[in-house]
Amino acid sequence: MTAAATTWTPVCRYVDLEPERGVAALVDGAQVALFRLHDGTLAAVDHRDPFSGANVLARGLVGTRGDAATVASPMYKQVFDLRTGVCLDDPSVAVRVHAVRVDDAGTVLVAVAG
Amino acid sequence: MSALPARRKIVVVGGGMVAHRFVESLVTRLDDAGADAPDVHVTVLAEEPRAPYDRVQLTSYFDGRDPAALSLGDAGLWDRPDVTLRRSERVVEVDRGARTVRTATGAGRPGRTYPYDDLVLATGSSAFVPPVEGKDLPGCFVYRTLDDVAALRQYVETLHARPVRGRPARGAVIGGGLLGLEAAGALRALGVETHVVEFAPRLMPLQVDEGGGEALRRIVEGLGVTVHTSTATKRLLPARRGSRVGAVTRMDFAEDAGGLDVDVVVFAAGVRPRDELARACGLDVGARGGVVVDSSCRTADPQVWAIGEVACIQGRTLGLVAPGYAMAEVATDRILGGAGSFPGADLSTKLKLLGVDVASFGDAMGTTDGALSVVLADPVCGVYAKLVLSDDARTLLGGILVGDASAYASLRPMLGRELHGDPMSWLVPDSGAGHQAERGTVALPDDASVCSCNNVSARAVRDAVRHDRCTDLAAVKACTRAGTSCGSCLPLVKALVTTELEAAGVEVSKALCEHFDLSRAQLFDVVRVTGITSFSELVERHGRGRGCDICKPVVASVLASVHHGHVLEGERAALQDTNDHVLANIQKDGTYSVVPRIPGGEVTPDGLIAIGAVAKEFGLYTKITGGQRIDLFGARIEQLPAVWSRLVDAGFESGHAYGKSLRTVKSCVGSTWCRYGVQDAVGLAVALELRYRGLRSPHKLKLGVSGCARECAEARGKDVGIIATENGWNLYVGGNGGFTPRHARLLAEDLDTATLVRTIDRFLMYYVRTADRLQRTAPWLDDVEGGLEHVRAVVLEDSLGIAADLDAAMDAHVDGYVDEWRATLEDPEKLRRFAAFVNAPGTADPDLAYVPERGQRRPATPAEREAGPGDPVHDPHGNTAVTPVRHDGSAPQPLPGRRAHEPDDAVLIAGPRLEVVSR
Ligand SMILES: Cc1cc2nc3c(=O)[nH]c(=O)nc-3n(C[C@H](O)[C@H](O)[C@H](O)COP(=O)(O)OP(=O)(O)OC[C@H]3O[C@@H](n4cnc5c(N)ncnc54)[C@H](O)[C@@H]3O)c2cc1C
Ligand code: SF4
Repeated sequence: MTAAATTWTPVCRYVDLEPERGVAALVDGAQVALFRLHDGTLAAVDHRDPFSGANVLARGLVGTRGDAATVASPMYKQVFDLRTGVCLDDPSVAVRVHAVRVDDAGTVLVAVAG
Repeated sequence: MSALPARRKIVVVGGGMVAHRFVESLVTRLDDAGADAPDVHVTVLAEEPRAPYDRVQLTSYFDGRDPAALSLGDAGLWDRPDVTLRRSERVVEVDRGARTVRTATGAGRPGRTYPYDDLVLATGSSAFVPPVEGKDLPGCFVYRTLDDVAALRQYVETLHARPVRGRPARGAVIGGGLLGLEAAGALRALGVETHVVEFAPRLMPLQVDEGGGEALRRIVEGLGVTVHTSTATKRLLPARRGSRVGAVTRMDFAEDAGGLDVDVVVFAAGVRPRDELARACGLDVGARGGVVVDSSCRTADPQVWAIGEVACIQGRTLGLVAPGYAMAEVATDRILGGAGSFPGADLSTKLKLLGVDVASFGDAMGTTDGALSVVLADPVCGVYAKLVLSDDARTLLGGILVGDASAYASLRPMLGRELHGDPMSWLVPDSGAGHQAERGTVALPDDASVCSCNNVSARAVRDAVRHDRCTDLAAVKACTRAGTSCGSCLPLVKALVTTELEAAGVEVSKALCEHFDLSRAQLFDVVRVTGITSFSELVERHGRGRGCDICKPVVASVLASVHHGHVLEGERAALQDTNDHVLANIQKDGTYSVVPRIPGGEVTPDGLIAIGAVAKEFGLYTKITGGQRIDLFGARIEQLPAVWSRLVDAGFESGHAYGKSLRTVKSCVGSTWCRYGVQDAVGLAVALELRYRGLRSPHKLKLGVSGCARECAEARGKDVGIIATENGWNLYVGGNGGFTPRHARLLAEDLDTATLVRTIDRFLMYYVRTADRLQRTAPWLDDVEGGLEHVRAVVLEDSLGIAADLDAAMDAHVDGYVDEWRATLEDPEKLRRFAAFVNAPGTADPDLAYVPERGQRRPATPAEREAGPGDPVHDPHGNTAVTPVRHDGSAPQPLPGRRAHEPDDAVLIAGPRLEVVSR
């Protein structure tokens, strides 16, 4: 693995995020859907719903299926695993998962997957 | 090795219900026999232009259902290689010597001759029309086939379209028996003022006794049908002038007993077996008609059989479907070499006539020697019940139930058996759902017949669960055929199945989703009783996991119904899907549509201008909705607050087009302007819309109000439909457009406005509390134990003692209403969810692209996007070359994953330039 620096982009404050709801963020021209889960952790995937082609995943309902934290697309309701990006209703489809962290100042940073 | 016998040809004349059962049972037997099956081909020659259908349910065709809903069994039956169905082929001659039948020359088709080895006559009956003067006038109908019913309906529609001055259409049914009351129900459902004219001194003289007839009369008259008993029709007279000259207009009674002005007449005075073919070929017919057969259903000619209503068996013809089915089974068995014989007729019937339960079974008239009867008559509740018992008052011989026939399902299988306990206890009306049915199931012997139409025993139902692993009612129905004909045994079958499943330790699942084992109605009760106000608490105490897109919106709706308050308050915001979250309707490109409320569809010119100005300012595509309001499409999430602040300033409020809640109250212009209107439809619609706005429900709710019986508002297509009468309002419930259209059914008549509103309050609240997730009112009414009757009792008679509670809940809703959009605009916290991007709140989604069309814009298709503005593509609707543009007029990005394309500046080359302001 090269040391090629991951580019972390600050997008918002952690306290701006509502539990179990998503927001969209523009990061390096990419549209990212960012979620704060029930346990306080964060998840980030593509905002674009691969089934409809519309940028809407951040507006889906957050929940669980079995042990997996999920979001359901608001368009045609397919459910995606927020940790792997895989669509649980059609595992041949997946969205990208992006790295997300919170720094000491409480800022949320996202690094878009390559 | 013996030579293969030649293929055996069976020809069935008539394609009715019994013919269908014959073919079905034949192929079942052949399939069961597998390789040993004889080589048989069956040809059905049917006069009607369609496959056999469920004649018993004919009247339901008036509920707006299509003919397909009446289809019987598996349609694949007619596609089998060993089965041929010839529609529109009437047999005109049987040549028994040559063993052939000949069919009539049809439209553009010569008659044909079909050879047979076995001939099965299943020609049924035709309606008997008494030789009354004027019986063939236009406006006179019979009631036997789908075509009859369709013609009747069409005629009545023309009556409604051109009413006789001063009164609604009026119809008379000649005959007050089973069929007559069916027909009366149909006429009434068509909005015709209905009279029944019966020669005998009581209704249904063949099935019920005097007391039952009297109870029936009271109930039927209570439904607004006028009953004339001991009355004979002398003649029918045609109109001499006017728009319906020549058509029936007057009915005179015999013995100078007066008469009636009528616009339509239905003959339901009995049936005559269609035995003409048999007569012509020299077969015996009974004294009152019908092809004489022995108990194996064979005529004197060993190759000719007769089954169903056309057969005269054991000395008489039988006008019910169950004995016809039994004959079909017997004939099949005999033709395949068996020794089956007709077991004797069970003339038990349970019917719902005009919504009134009537059942008659066994020795209903108590003609057995020494028979005793126990009678329970409650004229107030409109209930009459009689049990006929053997002389020792133990064995059940028969009975009559009028008004409430819920005991029928458990009583009929007890025929000829000892009734344990006090016979009266079997009759007491019991709202504890299915109580009798349950008691019945425990007591029910294995060999008792549960479904008499299809002759299914209790054992067969139990075995379906125990051995065939059926786990629900639908599976048991498919496996045993129980309850698939008249359906009257379904409560009993359901009780049997549930008892068996419980005994087998199988849970009967009503679970909402993987997070809750409860149904929506159960969750509602939990929330109401425990006072839980948050999803977290509910899922922790009564569920598991963190929910999903199924249970979260349900819980949000339940919480909103029970506790009121703003839908975006606190944690509840996270439960709402995007439409409820941003109070708008998501569209295919991720933008939203906006619908301001226009109560009753009434809008001022200034209101229209204000909406137009908002649409113009934001470049929104506008379209009039079916609910009489205006939909504005293409608002981006970050534009919604600005769009709404303009609308709120102009005096509009949320139309809740996004919610599972009241949508619109559609109305016609009513007496305000319309020369036919009899009540103020718009005024009522506006009041109702303002009353129920924001009411959260299991599914969307629509109401309609028409100012007179012409029904221009199409109110009967709504969940709640109101039609003005001279005296007040008629209230219909359970209508539905959409995927499964249904006409609403009459709940109450001639209500004054205050009573009407209270009744709707209770109906809606009862629905909100008890329906399943995404269950609209029509299927809810089908599912609710006791159906429409039960709901009527709850809302009009307070049969469950919950009316005060329902009223209080509705009052709380009305008092607690706030406009969600106004409240949202006033709350900076809530406005934060309308950011396009958390780090660029006002930046529009760069992927949106539009194409002009007919003076507005619409989302670009993928092909148009890919072509980009550089390469015009052809509009599929015309020859115009169109070019996609982004909201700000620049070129769209191809969708990610598609070929990159870097066009020059976008230029619109067709259509007017769009003025789109980006905010
Ligand atoms: C409105 C209504 C409600 C009813 N309700 C009930 C109920 O609740 N319970 C109940 O048990 N029964 C009920 N019945 C009666 C039930 O429908 C009949 O008993 C049943 O349909 C008889 O079946 P079938 O096959 O003998 O005759 P049908 O269903 O009448 O079929 C006979 C068919 O043969 C065709 N045909 C006749 N002659 C020829 C020919 N020469 N060539 C070709 N085709 C020919 C006819 O066109 C017809 O399609 C009701 C009937 C009606 C009309
Ligand atoms: S339904 Fe309404 S618009 Fe139609 S005729 Fe009656 S009052 Fe007039």
